[in-house]
Amino acid sequence: MENTAAMPAPHGPGHGPGESAHAAHPPTATGLNTWKLGFWIFMGSETLFFGTLISTYMVYKHESVTGPYPTDLLDIPLTSVSTFVLLMSSLAMVIALDGFQRNNRKVGLWGLMGVIILGATFLGFQAYEFTHFYHEGLTLQTNLFGSSFFVLTGFHGAHVTIGVIWLLILWLESFRGRFAVTNEHALKVEIAGLYWHFVDIVWIAIFTLIYLIE
Amino acid sequence: MRAPLAAARASAVLLLAACAGEYPQTTFEPVTDFGVLINEVFAITVWWTMGILVVVLSLIIVAAIRFRETPDSPEPEQVHGNVKLEIAWTIVPAIIVVMILVPTVSAIFETQRRPSEDALTIEVIGHQWWWEFRYPEYDVVTANLAYMPTGREIHLQMHSADVIHSFWVPRLGGKRDVNPRPRQAEGEAQHSTHLLFTISEPGRYAGQCAEFCGDSHAIMRIEVEAVAPDAFEAWVADMKAPPREPLPLEGDTAATPAPPPGALPVPTGTGQRVSAGRPDSLIFEGKRVFSSSTCVACHTIEGVSSGPLGPNLTLFGRRLTVGAGALPNTLENVEAWIRDPVAVKAGAQMPGAERPWGAFPATGLSDAEIRAVAAYLTSLK
Amino acid sequence: MATLEAHAPPAAQPRGTRSIIWDYMTTVDHKKIGILYFLTSLFFLVVGGLEAILIRIQLMRPGNEFVSAEVYNQLFTMHGTTMVFLMGMPIAVAFFNYIVPLQIGARDVAFPRLNALSYWIFLFGGIFINASFLIGAAPNGGWFGYANLTSSEFSPGLNIDFWVLGLQALGAASIMGGVNFVATIINLRAPGMRLMRMPLFTWMAFITSFLIITALPVFAVALFLVTFDRFWGTVFFQVSAGGDPVLWQHLFWMFGHPEVYILILPAFGIISEVIPTFSRKPLFGYAVMVYSAALIALIGWGAWAHHMFATGLGPIADAFFTVSTMIIAIPTGVKIFNWIATMWGGKIRFTTAMLFAVGAVALFTVGGVSGVMHATSPHDLQQTDTYFVVAHFHYVLIGGTVMGVFAGIFYWFPKVTGRFMNETLGRWFFWLYFVGMNLTFFPMHFAGLLGMPRRIFTYAPELNLTTINFVTSMGAFLQVPAVLLLVYNLWISVRRGAPAGTNPWNAATLEWATESPPAEHNFNTTPVVHSREPLWVEPAKMEEAARGPMEHIHLPPPSYWPILTAAGVVATMALFMTNLWWAPLIGLAWTMIGAINWAFEPTH
Repeated sequence: MENTAAMPAPHGPGHGPGESAHAAHPPTATGLNTWKLGFWIFMGSETLFFGTLISTYMVYKHESVTGPYPTDLLDIPLTSVSTFVLLMSSLAMVIALDGFQRNNRKVGLWGLMGVIILGATFLGFQAYEFTHFYHEGLTLQTNLFGSSFFVLTGFHGAHVTIGVIWLLILWLESFRGRFAVTNEHALKVEIAGLYWHFVDIVWIAIFTLIYLIE
Repeated sequence: MRAPLAAARASAVLLLAACAGEYPQTTFEPVTDFGVLINEVFAITVWWTMGILVVVLSLIIVAAIRFRETPDSPEPEQVHGNVKLEIAWTIVPAIIVVMILVPTVSAIFETQRRPSEDALTIEVIGHQWWWEFRYPEYDVVTANLAYMPTGREIHLQMHSADVIHSFWVPRLGGKRDVNPRPRQAEGEAQHSTHLLFTISEPGRYAGQCAEFCGDSHAIMRIEVEAVAPDAFEAWVADMKAPPREPLPLEGDTAATPAPPPGALPVPTGTGQRVSAGRPDSLIFEGKRVFSSSTCVACHTIEGVSSGPLGPNLTLFGRRLTVGAGALPNTLENVEAWIRDPVAVKAGAQMPGAERPWGAFPATGLSDAEIRAVAAYLTSLK
Repeated sequence: MATLEAHAPPAAQPRGTRSIIWDYMTTVDHKKIGILYFLTSLFFLVVGGLEAILIRIQLMRPGNEFVSAEVYNQLFTMHGTTMVFLMGMPIAVAFFNYIVPLQIGARDVAFPRLNALSYWIFLFGGIFINASFLIGAAPNGGWFGYANLTSSEFSPGLNIDFWVLGLQALGAASIMGGVNFVATIINLRAPGMRLMRMPLFTWMAFITSFLIITALPVFAVALFLVTFDRFWGTVFFQVSAGGDPVLWQHLFWMFGHPEVYILILPAFGIISEVIPTFSRKPLFGYAVMVYSAALIALIGWGAWAHHMFATGLGPIADAFFTVSTMIIAIPTGVKIFNWIATMWGGKIRFTTAMLFAVGAVALFTVGGVSGVMHATSPHDLQQTDTYFVVAHFHYVLIGGTVMGVFAGIFYWFPKVTGRFMNETLGRWFFWLYFVGMNLTFFPMHFAGLLGMPRRIFTYAPELNLTTINFVTSMGAFLQVPAVLLLVYNLWISVRRGAPAGTNPWNAATLEWATESPPAEHNFNTTPVVHSREPLWVEPAKMEEAARGPMEHIHLPPPSYWPILTAAGVVATMALFMTNLWWAPLIGLAWTMIGAINWAFEPTH
């Protein structure tokens, strides 16, 4: 053990969060943590994924042959509120990460809980919006607007849901003290935070392109 | 390395020599301005690229022979690059690319120009797996065999009734996809794709669907009969004239025998379509069966029926094939087709004598009735 | 604390078959995963090849009734799908896996368990798609699956369901692999291994992985749209609701064109290793080789609609894509000249690997010039969807990719097994394959220009294409004994090949410093690199690092969660086909359980 700690493998793979403290930041060719780097790359891929979905929506924006049309249903004031909620969750994420990074477990825990609650609230708004549209006669099958709207926002909602579950697991871990507040734990929160901010930014794009622009 | 390569090339040349002859779908002998223009552009590209190919392959062969390891070959000089050389073989290809691009781009715009005022517009509609041709100027509709006048600009305005097809008659020039039309909101124009060409030589030109479109994509052939303008007018008159009633038996003595498949039918312009040289009584019976069966629900014969779904069968006897290329257009093959189309052509969307298709019941025609209908259809010339 | 000793049983201790299978099922070692990828891809090469043979039997003469139209359409669809997704991409990944970490002086890839997950999803996904043959409903919409033919209206059977769901799984596996290799190459390079010192093969793996992570998500969305149309009644490609099938073409080719480079760049990488080694000269114009590949990849993103010149996009779009496509020819030409310049003035040893590498350059050039002919878009209206195009891309993908891969097999086999492949059999294999390949595909150029469209199960005798097709079929049959010769050669060489030593070719790159086969931990200490050709410049130091005294090394332990999670992913896809809304949730739950257990699995 001591031997290993004294001579960490310089380029050992798999030294991610979840491994012991000495391996959390192994020296890498760039100095970047490999997990964080991997996540950045994955988000590059996700950008193309959402880019394609948003493009599909834009291409079909004016092509529905029957109503309801976007202008009939999209509720900008309501969605502005849910957008604000999601933006605030990103702020909470920043606070949470700051807490963990400065070894302040309390701030970290409260921050994370804030993100979870705000994220869940956003999902609640989305659930309300979906049911409302459904009662107004817009389904996946109704027209191109219905298909492309529900598929785009549905995929985004799925990402938020995964984020909420992920953060919940992290919160439970932090709460039960399964891991001490270490650099490594802060790193796990940071990576979850990267994902969360990404999903948030995607929503900003969706809100701007789908809701705001006529 | 060299020997097999050369052998492969030589065999290809021999191959071409061995099967020199008629290629009905060759791209090398276009009969339209469109086909000629794109072949000219192609020739430019071929010369440049073949030049490059020869240079590259020669260099590879020379290097392979000259620098092959021998017992006394010295340790090679460790060269890492040569900026001048590398710039040279970037710039030279770049210049060649420009040489190719200039005529290419000009041809893109030339071939996709707007049709002239007096162009003949033919609406081409792709169906699984047959072709419909509509001539709005003449109010004529036909299927699988399109007549086109020489010397007049022809504008094909194309769309599909189901999936994506592609109209390709190589000797008339390039192909173009035939796309289904997304439904548009009220008042918006529906999208078509276009081909534009002027045919210079009369003749029968073969083609087929070039975009995979399901089961019988391979059996979705096109025949184009290019004729002089007056012969074209005569064909239009034939198409529009009410069909002559089948005559009693003695009328057949004057009739000429059916031309062998592949021979050019002679448009008569007299509206005499029943001239098959078969006992008129059978044709007469065939007409009766056709008119009184479910055939008429789908098929149009000018003056006899007006079914909107299947191929228009007016002047059917002039076509080379039955089923858009499934079989040669002979009495027996038409019988086989009517009896059980799906057995002849996978997925054919037509009921047979005993096999229903979709919501359409089987026709229930007896063998004698089928023979009569076949005789009638092949007599429509 | 797990140590090396705990994970690497002494070689002397014989192991039973069962323990070897368990070892491979749970392995996270990039080398073993590489071998799994290789064997699986080789298997699918044979499957796809058999499909091609059946196609060629059918087309041997006009009006043949060897197979029906329905079966034929399944055969050509699965031939294309198999060769692209189950052979071409994964066999490149096999080489990435085995070679890249060794070339950059790393212990393993960045995420070893994710690597295993990619492989298992690939394997199960491949089996899933091919299982469709068992119920006679293999995908039949073409590998390009053009909408709206793939809608439930026009393709009501299960065929297309297998296709969209199977490819979705395979695509996800590819993206994971892509992320893994980009992270590996950025972060796990040995000290001194700057980007511009990386071996060309690693560079190509890097660029290819970038293309994978950017192009595959576009395809994923396209597949989702079709899947939802088919299962949930969305109207993305439903013409009567205003849906436009041409959108599919754009999405498909936005993925499909980068995909072409995903298939060819790894072979370029292999060629760029083999030619310098056997010419005893460094690669000519290293920097230009790197930049040109990057440029090809970049412009490749703006050239997709050259697959759509006949679609009717209008002259402006056609002109734009003509220009962008032609421009790609320039960096590609530069590569070819640089390879020749590498040979020029060298001391060339024509081993089988070198024969294949040089053959690949020559045949790729043939495919390249016909590519420029397609880019002449007005005439592409004659060429597209004919056998001229089939000839073109087989010269690129067999002449370039497959021959390049064959070069790689002969080149790295001694590293992987410690034994040489049989060179005599190798030469026979090369010449047989070279002749067979040219005999198959060269006449196809003429078949196309003389009027033979693609994807037709029959053609009329009047077209006068009988001889050309017959010769083509004979060429295809000639490739069968060639590939059997390869398989036989692999089989006997693994057992009885001559011992090779660590660096039998006197190659320059780092992987040749390790034992053959490399120890599980690759290098005993991490080498410090000072040049592009470390084994030519300072061989003693590199060998000291690789095989000298060992530092204490921690390796990740094996895990069975990747294989279980992968099974969950593919089960989700399969259960989707039941059309019961809750059924896929079972697979999803299975996947989640796998993923969560994985996340909490100790890695020490």
